[in-house]
Amino acid sequence: MRVLVRYFAVLRERRGKSEGWEELPEGSTVKDAYALLCPPAQLPVGYAINQDYVAGATELKEGDELVFLPPLGGG
Amino acid sequence: MVALTALPLHVPAIEATVAAPQNGAVLTFVGVARCTPAFGERPVVGLDYEAYAPMALAELLRIHTELCTRWPGLRLAMVHRIGALTLGEPVVVVCVGTPHRALAYDASRAAIEELKARVPIWKKEIYADGSAWTSNRP
Repeated sequence: MRVLVRYFAVLRERRGKSEGWEELPEGSTVKDAYALLCPPAQLPVGYAINQDYVAGATELKEGDELVFLPPLGGG
Repeated sequence: MVALTALPLHVPAIEATVAAPQNGAVLTFVGVARCTPAFGERPVVGLDYEAYAPMALAELLRIHTELCTRWPGLRLAMVHRIGALTLGEPVVVVCVGTPHRALAYDASRAAIEELKARVPIWKKEIYADGSAWTSNRP
């Protein structure tokens, strides 16, 4: 399945891109996607699908917009 | 009212959005770009803020709705700057308008704490010899 992944802040710099369609195995969770796309994935992150916070165990669907959220710094 | 902007924040204009005839209190919190780093000793010479803009706006609106539901009559404005900032510039402005002062202090504090915990915005500190992403929860 393909999902649109957007990268921000430290993850954008590490990946060298701000977004991209990524191919993932069917049934992948957002946590699986993080381990696969951002190794070694040691930075603790939050997850959002289609602009809503989700838990790490949430399964992805074809066409989802997935974002890994590094520790926030607003305010 | 909630907003993200790459333009300098004009505090009186934001305050004006929470004024109402029944509100005897207007309280403004301004977060300012400062020279002390979140970690370490290197002086900060500038800041760069990045947002996941559509979700940041959605999350600001959720916070706005939650607080205005919790405190009926509250008028609330939250505006966050993004992009490159020089020291001393406002980063975030939270304005509340309420009938009395006690609620103004409670609502202002709740709004900025929720914003910092939930709105997807990231801060990079710029030093004379480099830069680093920093966070609200080390």
